[in-house]
Amino acid sequence: IIVGVPLWWRTTETYRAWLPVSQINELSNLQLQLSAEVEVVFARGTVTPEQQKKVPLTQIQDEEHTVDGDLFINAVCLVVTKIRRLQGNICLKCVFSRGHSFEVQDMDVYVGQRRTALLRIGAQMRVGKTLDQLLAHLEPRIKQVLQVMSFSHTDISAALSDRVRLSPGNKESIADSMRTFKSSPGYEITFSLLNPDPKSHRLHWDIEGAVQTYIQPLLTKLASVANFSIDSQTLYYAMLGVNPRFDSSLSAYTLHSDSLAHVINPVEARLGSNAASSNPVLNFLLYVPDAHHSPLYIHDRKKQEVPSNAFHSPRWGGIMVYNVNGFYGPEAVFPVDVNINMAKVMGVFLAQLRLLLGVQSSTAPSGFLVAPCGSNGLADWELDRLMWSRSVENVATATTTITSLAQLLEQIGNIVINDNIAEQVSSAVTSLQLAVAELETGNLRFALQYSKEAILASERAFFDPSLLHLLYFPDDQKFAIYIPLFLPMCVPILLSLLKIVSDARQKRREKQAKKD
Amino acid sequence: MMPVPSSVPQPKDDFQEELVIRPLHSGDIYASFQFRTLWETDFMRGNKVSHYRLFPKSLGQVISKFSVRELHISFTQGYWRTMQWGQPFLPSPPGAELWVWFQDSVTDVDGTWKELTNVLSGIFCASLNFIDSTNTVQPSASFKPLGIGNVTDHRFLRYATLPREIVCTENLTPWKKLLPCGSKAGLAVLLKSEKLFHSSFHSQAVHIRPVCQDWQCKTTSWELRQTLNVVFDLHTPGQGKLEWSLFKMFSRTLTEACPLASSSKIYIDITDDPQGEQFEVSPATHLLSQAMVLGDRRTFSVYDLTQQITFGTVRSLNLLIRWKSRDMLRPLLHAERYVAGYGLQTGEIHTLMYNNHPYRSFPVLLLDSVPWYLRLYIHTLTVTSKGKDNKPSYIHYQPSKDRVRPHLLEMLVQLPPNSVTEVTVQFERALLKWTEYTPDPNHGFYVGSSVISSLVPSIVAMDTNSTREQPLFSSFFPCKEESSYFMRVYTEPLLVNLPTPDFSMPYNVICLTCTVVAVGYGSLYNLLTRSFQIEEPSPGLAKRIANIIRKMRGVPPL
Repeated sequence: IIVGVPLWWRTTETYRAWLPVSQINELSNLQLQLSAEVEVVFARGTVTPEQQKKVPLTQIQDEEHTVDGDLFINAVCLVVTKIRRLQGNICLKCVFSRGHSFEVQDMDVYVGQRRTALLRIGAQMRVGKTLDQLLAHLEPRIKQVLQVMSFSHTDISAALSDRVRLSPGNKESIADSMRTFKSSPGYEITFSLLNPDPKSHRLHWDIEGAVQTYIQPLLTKLASVANFSIDSQTLYYAMLGVNPRFDSSLSAYTLHSDSLAHVINPVEARLGSNAASSNPVLNFLLYVPDAHHSPLYIHDRKKQEVPSNAFHSPRWGGIMVYNVNGFYGPEAVFPVDVNINMAKVMGVFLAQLRLLLGVQSSTAPSGFLVAPCGSNGLADWELDRLMWSRSVENVATATTTITSLAQLLEQIGNIVINDNIAEQVSSAVTSLQLAVAELETGNLRFALQYSKEAILASERAFFDPSLLHLLYFPDDQKFAIYIPLFLPMCVPILLSLLKIVSDARQKRREKQAKKD
Repeated sequence: MMPVPSSVPQPKDDFQEELVIRPLHSGDIYASFQFRTLWETDFMRGNKVSHYRLFPKSLGQVISKFSVRELHISFTQGYWRTMQWGQPFLPSPPGAELWVWFQDSVTDVDGTWKELTNVLSGIFCASLNFIDSTNTVQPSASFKPLGIGNVTDHRFLRYATLPREIVCTENLTPWKKLLPCGSKAGLAVLLKSEKLFHSSFHSQAVHIRPVCQDWQCKTTSWELRQTLNVVFDLHTPGQGKLEWSLFKMFSRTLTEACPLASSSKIYIDITDDPQGEQFEVSPATHLLSQAMVLGDRRTFSVYDLTQQITFGTVRSLNLLIRWKSRDMLRPLLHAERYVAGYGLQTGEIHTLMYNNHPYRSFPVLLLDSVPWYLRLYIHTLTVTSKGKDNKPSYIHYQPSKDRVRPHLLEMLVQLPPNSVTEVTVQFERALLKWTEYTPDPNHGFYVGSSVISSLVPSIVAMDTNSTREQPLFSSFFPCKEESSYFMRVYTEPLLVNLPTPDFSMPYNVICLTCTVVAVGYGSLYNLLTRSFQIEEPSPGLAKRIANIIRKMRGVPPL
């Protein structure tokens, strides 16, 4: 027994490396503290010098967003007044001006391309008010600006939609939150030209040039959020899954919005998956209808023509129908060479790309004027917004993965935990902690970086194949091995035990009988 | 915006399709499809290629991600019977074969190879993911790059076969998807799986390699060749006349060429009968073409599908041939292989190589890749031809490591004219661990085909000017000399029985030992715990019966 039991114990135990369970549990009730720094600059003449001295230097606004039970996000807005440079990466600047620079009269707030917003003091506030009143007037405005330019409740709950079940009934917001792609370290963007009729149309598209001019600037700007790779292909004889209906009043074929859902499936079989990476793919299809089914228009629910003649599918991509029948007359000799106007196509695809990536998901409140985005298609504060929501989403996803992995390992004692998995888990936990800390200080770039690392490490740990080896080794097989050994051995032992017990009883009875 | 034809850029890619039909001497029909996409681009120098037109995107991504210089993959169902059918245009071994040359910029070739096989198994829906280090070899001489580039460092070459692989519809569908026209137009319309797999032999392949664009080789382009070879067994014995038509073979007729193809042709081999005595081809064509195929000058009648006139008034082409059976030239080189020996311990592999050339001897390269569980005794290797010892001039042998890598045996053997050369080597069967057995282990274990590559002397002079327009089927292997042509022959795969245990044995053993232990333990325990007392011997049976009777009578017992 002295030799046997330890030997048996050593040979049958499974190796389980140590996991930082307590830290994981701590992470599981996710408490994020997001902070944004706001610098308020008063334009000259808005406040008197005496007042300026009295303006409090910093002011902290706390805002609590509770999203479903255990998890809440504490949004701290650090409002810093006075002209002062801040160390932080992100600094919203509210320039508080008198308003003479506004051309449009009924606009109160002008949101610029970089990180600046211009606020106007209402007319009643113009003259001789005390500072407290001024600040009180300022406060709700700044809040609004913050919501537009950094993050709002809906953004955060959308980012956490994976963890938190959204309240039913709010269909619109669910559709909104499901449109954008899940956060991922990289995306593959694929442009496909669908030519169902190569016999009549010989299509030429300068995709290379178009990508360089229209898409690349946006992606360069987004490079800190994720890696993007672009490719394109031409697919011949690719059909839509729906037969468009001929509308004699328009003398055109129409595709109704209800049937759009059936369009994608048959095309998708041809698209092919990306062989080189496992990142999510954003598909953008340009469909040129064949000569016999041209022109083709997409109709919305009100039976109105969609002006862009395009639609997008949430978390999948976009499809645009491009009619070419106007480029040749009825007497044309087939096949016809057609050059596709890439500016028109890319305008639509760029808008869809912005939607799918989650840029500009909320509309500005009334009284706000948002500056049109510049040549690269993305304002700085939009990028910040995206980084906020992406970091929150990454952190949430990584914690979910890590906690569920920890739970699983706790529940099933059979699983071998190798050292490399433990290493991955602890690195994920450290990156998570770092990401949360960076979010607290407002260093978005680092927060995003750490949250990405956390996601990668946690996924690698979760999907490690070595976890599977003994997962399906059920207990009944152990019984099958041990029972033939122990059952026949137990029988004589049990019988003799019974005998001893009955003997003892009898002796006791005899003793009692003697006493009596 | 109006289309301006002059501003249309010249496409940098080109697609050709071709079908060769050859009646075989056994009465079968051999149909060989070739689809070639040429693309003037550069995957090599690290610049990212991402805009695809005719070239399939999935394969392009594979090439650029894994830095592949050349990729050859084939899936074959059935064995090509060289003696009855002659030489195929593109040989392939039964099962799946994959060989890849990587670019010399690849540092971790084995890791890249592993990833590549996994990706390819996804693309082709095949179990190529079973390729691992135990069935991968690096041949030193047999597989040279077929495209341009004179890299001969075989560190960048990987070769593997899966002789067990079964090819079916699920492999054909992704293969068809790589064609620009899919199966919607052109010759690919004929590729219907219900007919293709109802055949004696089916082989589909994908070959990717860099080739020269012109004679001076100033520009290079990438060539993707998709080939599909099929042998139909339509022959009903007892009938003198053999008849065959497109509809009978594929249950389809042709109506158009693929609009993207620059050339789309059907060739019918009418070599033996250019006068039309034994052959009857309808509709008749006047286009004849001569081509050099495997050292033989052959005549073909050609149907050009890009010409509307080919389809005639019915707008559909259904070729019909009637012919009489005839003799065939014996192939100059062929080979066979078998396992000899009895019992489950040792055995012997015999490889026979036939040189049927009447007066010339030529060297062949023999490549054998044997799994580690057959332990080859290389000292028993003998090569004999015409009863005499034939010493190989070059032997490259890499011994196996258990569960890590297979045996690799390559040698250069001179085959004397009109002879049979026999290569034998003895082996011992290893015992496997019980988890290493394949499902259904009593079926046996496959050993991949040996590969015999050779420059076979040609009977007629070859034309090496590759700039000339020549049919696709004759232009795959580069040919450098006029007097000989390159040929590769695959032998049959071997099926070897290994000692197989009874797989319920572990449980039986557990049960048996446990019972023995329990019985022993029980008796020992009894021995130790029982107290022994002397017992009165019990009265005999007669006495007991007597006592019972006495009891009944009321008499005191004895």
